[in-house]
Formats: sequence, structure tokens, C-alpha cells
Amino acid sequence: MNSWANIKAIVKRELGGYFTSPIAYVFLVIYLLLTGFFTFTVGSFFERGEASLVSFFTWHPWLYLFLVPAVGMRLWSEERRLGTMELLLTMPVTTWQAIIGKFLASWLFLALALALTFPVVVTVNWLGDPDNGVIVGGYVGSILLAGAYLAVSSMTSAMTRNQVISFILSVLICLFLILAGYEPVTGLLSRVAGPRVVEVVAAFSVMTHFEGFQRGVLDTRDIVFFASVMGFALFTTGVVIRNQRAG
Amino acid sequence: MIRVENLVKAFGAKLAVNDVSFTVERGEVLGFLGPNGAGKSTTMRMITGFIPPTSGRITIGGHDMLEDPLPAKRLIGYLPENAPGYADMTVYGFLNFAAELRGLQGDARKRAVGRAIELCFLQNVAHQTIDTLSKGYKHRTGLAQSLVHDPDVLIMDEPTDGLDPNQKHEVRGLIKHMGEKKAIIFSTHILEEVEAACSRVIIIDRGRIVANGTPQELKARSPEGRLEDVFRAITLPDTVKGH
Repeated sequence: MNSWANIKAIVKRELGGYFTSPIAYVFLVIYLLLTGFFTFTVGSFFERGEASLVSFFTWHPWLYLFLVPAVGMRLWSEERRLGTMELLLTMPVTTWQAIIGKFLASWLFLALALALTFPVVVTVNWLGDPDNGVIVGGYVGSILLAGAYLAVSSMTSAMTRNQVISFILSVLICLFLILAGYEPVTGLLSRVAGPRVVEVVAAFSVMTHFEGFQRGVLDTRDIVFFASVMGFALFTTGVVIRNQRAG
Repeated sequence: MIRVENLVKAFGAKLAVNDVSFTVERGEVLGFLGPNGAGKSTTMRMITGFIPPTSGRITIGGHDMLEDPLPAKRLIGYLPENAPGYADMTVYGFLNFAAELRGLQGDARKRAVGRAIELCFLQNVAHQTIDTLSKGYKHRTGLAQSLVHDPDVLIMDEPTDGLDPNQKHEVRGLIKHMGEKKAIIFSTHILEEVEAACSRVIIIDRGRIVANGTPQELKARSPEGRLEDVFRAITLPDTVKGH
């Protein structure tokens, strides 16, 4: 009933918090510079000679590895440091509404950053004739990927009032989510373990599930994977917060 | 309005709050006294639903805080210790957010925020961000937040901490005035505050209630009729033993 109103109030406050401080603008500029750098310089966008955004999306798991925890690290640790968590959770609001509200606000912010990369879509359409379906798939995958990392950051930021620790922990966990399916690592693993084991480990990786989106394939299994990572990490956030309050 | 029964909170092996029971009715102002670390803040955090008790029961206006927290929380206004606030928000924005979470909409919300700003003398800083405020203003912003929805129950952890003597006087007057229609609990270290604003006093020491009565009753226990002597007589022996 009024749970949506509560979530909306929290989303509004959080988003407002980004834009009243310079954080949002600094982040957006760095984000856009880095995506540009990776797409055009590292990813050799022009030299490829093909009308696609492969060189754009392929770097997202690595780019988000640092950028998303930078956005998510303050979610709960800042509340604990300021003592506002006590205020927020004694309001007629459930812990879940607060967790979802804060998560959604940051996710919307990341979506905005991603949306601001539209010039690259315009460019590729102007230069050639790309498959825009594939590009849409890439964007859907990218935002799901960001959501998964963000939920992990929400979890680690609930664990500590120190934002630096929260950042490092979440980078480590996200790095694991990448490496479990990163080709050099799976290659190494396949030398010591059977193909079944490699497959199971790789199934935990965002790389495995992000790949389909890059080809423009919206596979339910991939969507379920990202949704489960988010669900699990947000659920754990709730458990961590409850345990802290219980003392 | 506030009913607390056999409240216990254990942190590991330490009992921070040990079998505390009391009730506060509408029209009462209860002063919570006690040395540092006596369990005042912990008790208030349990009453407001921030931390769950190890055992015991809390009901606010007939709603059980543990089984049905939202209706109970709706009745409460709470000023936590040190009056926390979102550093990057303006005073107005912060109060508006608090009012929104309290379910106030549109014009009603605007009026409520305006009233809270007026009541706590925040007109001059309404559009400043909270991190630029002096301690006194920050504290009053926290106070305004707890009053914005005109709650039936008001719980304040050291509401006059960090205020200058004039502001202390104002806040005491405000508490006394509001106490005519609300059920109020506030904690303090300042004994004259209790005499100035409370209709009843609970002294809590090492998690236990060691005295419960009107300020007059407690004062009568000392030959000189001073609350300070009573406070020291009840709490000092324990504190010394603790070392």
C-alpha cells in the first residue's frame, strides 16, 4: 500500500544527495571519459572496421569493477557513520523498503550514466549500418551487470562504516564474479579440473552471462542469473543490518 | 501510551538493560537519569524499535513494537543521541523527507514542515545544508524532525545537549508545554532540567531502575532536599564498584 510511497521518498532523497554534491558530476565525467577511452583507444573502435559496439560493451565488466563499487560504497556505511541509520530505521519504514529504495536510487543513477553514452550509438549508426537489436541487448546486459555489482556493493557497505573497506571488499567479490568465467582463468582451471567443474565455476561468472547480451541474445537464464545475484546480495544486506541491530 | 515490560538487553555476557519496566501516560514527561553507560540510550533504542530487546515487551499506544512495528513507529517522534542528520541535505529538505516518510502529503506536509521550523527557530538556516550548521542548530534540526508529524509519543536522547543556556531554556519550555498533550521520555545528565520539565523521574544505573517517582518525592529522600544528593547516593556506590 504505502510501501511504494516510502520507497519513492527514499529514492528521491538518495538521488538528490548525489546531485547536491559534486560526486555525481565527477563520476559522470570519469565514467564517460573511461568508456570513451576503452571503446576508441583500447578497443580500437575504428580500426575494427565493423559497425558494432563490441569494443564498447566488452570492457564494461572491467570498467564497472571499479566504478560501481565507487557509487555503492557509501550506501549503508555512510548511514552508519552519520548515525542516520538509527533515524531512518525508526521511521515507519521497513528495512526492506530502505534497502530497495537506496539500491534503486543508485541503480537509476548508473542507468543515467549509461544513457549518457548515447553518442556512441549515434556515431556507429552514422558511420555504418549496425544491428541495433544487438546494441539494445548490450545495453540491457550492461545495466543488469551494473545492478549485480551494485547489490554486492550494498552488501559490503552494510558490513562496515568505513567506505574504503566497503569499496575494497566489493571490488574483490566482483573480481571473483569476473574471473570465475574469464577465459585465461577457465583455461588454467581446465588443466587441473574436469570440464564439469570448470562449467560449474564459470556459471557463477558475470562474464559467461554477459556474453549473450553482447551478441544481442536475451536468454532467460542470463536474466535469471543477474536477478538472483541482485536478490541474494540485497537479501544478505538485510541479514547483515538485522544482525548489527540485534548487537 | 508507552508500556515497557521486563525489558532485557544483553550484549554478549553484559546486561546493558536488566529487567526494566515502566509506563508513561499521555500528559506525562518522564525524565531518564543515570550515569554514562547506564543503559539509557539502549532502552530508548529498543522503545523506538531500532534494536530488538533480548526479552521483554514494548507497546506504544496499544501496538506491539516487536510484532507490529509500523503502527507503533507511526506514533513516535524520536531524537537519537547527537541528533544525526543527512549532511548534504538542507534543513528544509531534511524535514520534508522526514515528513514524507511520516506519510504527510502536499499541503499538509508543507504546513507541518513550516510549523516544525517555526517551533525550533530554524527560519534563518532553513536553506542551509546540515553539514554547515553549528551544533545548536544541528540539534534543533534533529528536534524539528522528531516533531514534524506532531507525534503522540516523543522520545528524546539528550535533547538539550550542545545547546547554549538560552536554547536550553527554550527547549525545556517546549518539552514541558508539549508534555501536556503527549507522552514524553527524555534522557539527560542535567539534574535541574529534570526539575524544570519532568513530571516523573526514573534513575537508571547499570541497566536497572534504581528510583522511580516525582522530582519532589525523590528530593524528599535527601536531608537537604537536593536531587543531586539523591542521584549521587543511589548511583555512586555502583560506579565505584564497577572499577
